[in-house]
Amino acid sequence: MLSPGHLISRCAAYFIGSLLFIGVAADAGASVDALDYPGPAWSPYLVGAAIGVLSWLTFYFSNKTIGASSFYAQLAGFLGKLIAPRHMASLTYFKDNPPRVSWGFVFVVATIVGGAIAALTGGEFANEWLPPIWEARFGDSVALRAAIAFPGGMLMAFGARLAGGCTSGHGISGTLQLNMASWIAVICIFVGGVAVALPLFKL
Amino acid sequence: MIDPGKAVKQSTEKSAPRVAAAPTLIAGAMFGLVFGFLLQKGGVGKYNVLIGQLLLQDWTVVKIMLTAIVVGMIGVFPLHHFAKVNLHIKPTRIGANIIGGLVFGAGFALVGYCPGTAAAALGQGSWDALFGMAGLIVGSWIFAEFSGLTKRTIEKWGDLGKVLLSDLLPVPRGVFVVGFALALSAILMILQQFTIR
Repeated sequence: MLSPGHLISRCAAYFIGSLLFIGVAADAGASVDALDYPGPAWSPYLVGAAIGVLSWLTFYFSNKTIGASSFYAQLAGFLGKLIAPRHMASLTYFKDNPPRVSWGFVFVVATIVGGAIAALTGGEFANEWLPPIWEARFGDSVALRAAIAFPGGMLMAFGARLAGGCTSGHGISGTLQLNMASWIAVICIFVGGVAVALPLFKL
Repeated sequence: MIDPGKAVKQSTEKSAPRVAAAPTLIAGAMFGLVFGFLLQKGGVGKYNVLIGQLLLQDWTVVKIMLTAIVVGMIGVFPLHHFAKVNLHIKPTRIGANIIGGLVFGAGFALVGYCPGTAAAALGQGSWDALFGMAGLIVGSWIFAEFSGLTKRTIEKWGDLGKVLLSDLLPVPRGVFVVGFALALSAILMILQQFTIR
């Protein structure tokens, strides 16, 4: 097993390399406007209200809140149990949160299916490896997209676990309960997101 | 298919079985299905809508979130008042909430999908969501490697326990909820007025 120090330096090297790669690739990229690309099929107010009602139902019928990020931690836990079961069992996070096929786990699996049903019935099934706006900015390399998105996912997971939730768990479920932690986290999510997205797409 | 009854019997866990009971899982699947459907219809499975929000061009994400918060809170708090539901409050740890939120946001901008919308995006055939999802799994593992350290350090910085915003003002919770819902609605109306999408 890698020591924490090694892990940090490897991740840092990989991340810095990725950022340099972005800088080179974006040099040729044009400035883009997100409003030139397709928007939502339904009104955001209708969808938001329906998600609000959905949260009443999950509270009432399941005694659960809508959330997504712990799904990935559970997947990591299952993977870890296959590769290094004793090491995995020694980690604080998995001691506190033993990975299991829970309500939240199947919730996210079903979210994938729900997204597929909505796209297929609405004639919006994308079947593409690169979002058009990404292609307009960074070109047609799928490898570049992967090299940026993969470390991005790592950061997101680390941040979500540290903050105690993601844009769903904090951003919707926590905020609607007036949870102070969630309001702090969701504001910081947008600050961090804008701070990275603007140079990525506008420089 | 996993037979939950069998898995519970075989489980070595003393407290929590490795697979939850079937009715729990079926309910989770039904709710998840609706959630994914709504996310896709709301356009937040689309990379350009999500990144458009972070570029402050497309306000769909904030409109959906604020509407969900307003509608959610005016249902959940009365239900809680009449003892029909439990609140699920996570502890406020100012250091961890701020640092975690900022790191999450940076990652969000690089992926273009967040953990929930990545699932909806994958369903909609945006295969690049898989790269972010793979990163989420690896990142969760990396966090677990450091979870002993973060628990001893960052998670202790500004640990206030479970705090609601309504605890900060000397008004009854019901009054706060109504006032807050009205304030968020006003923000939504301003957004509707001044944003193109």
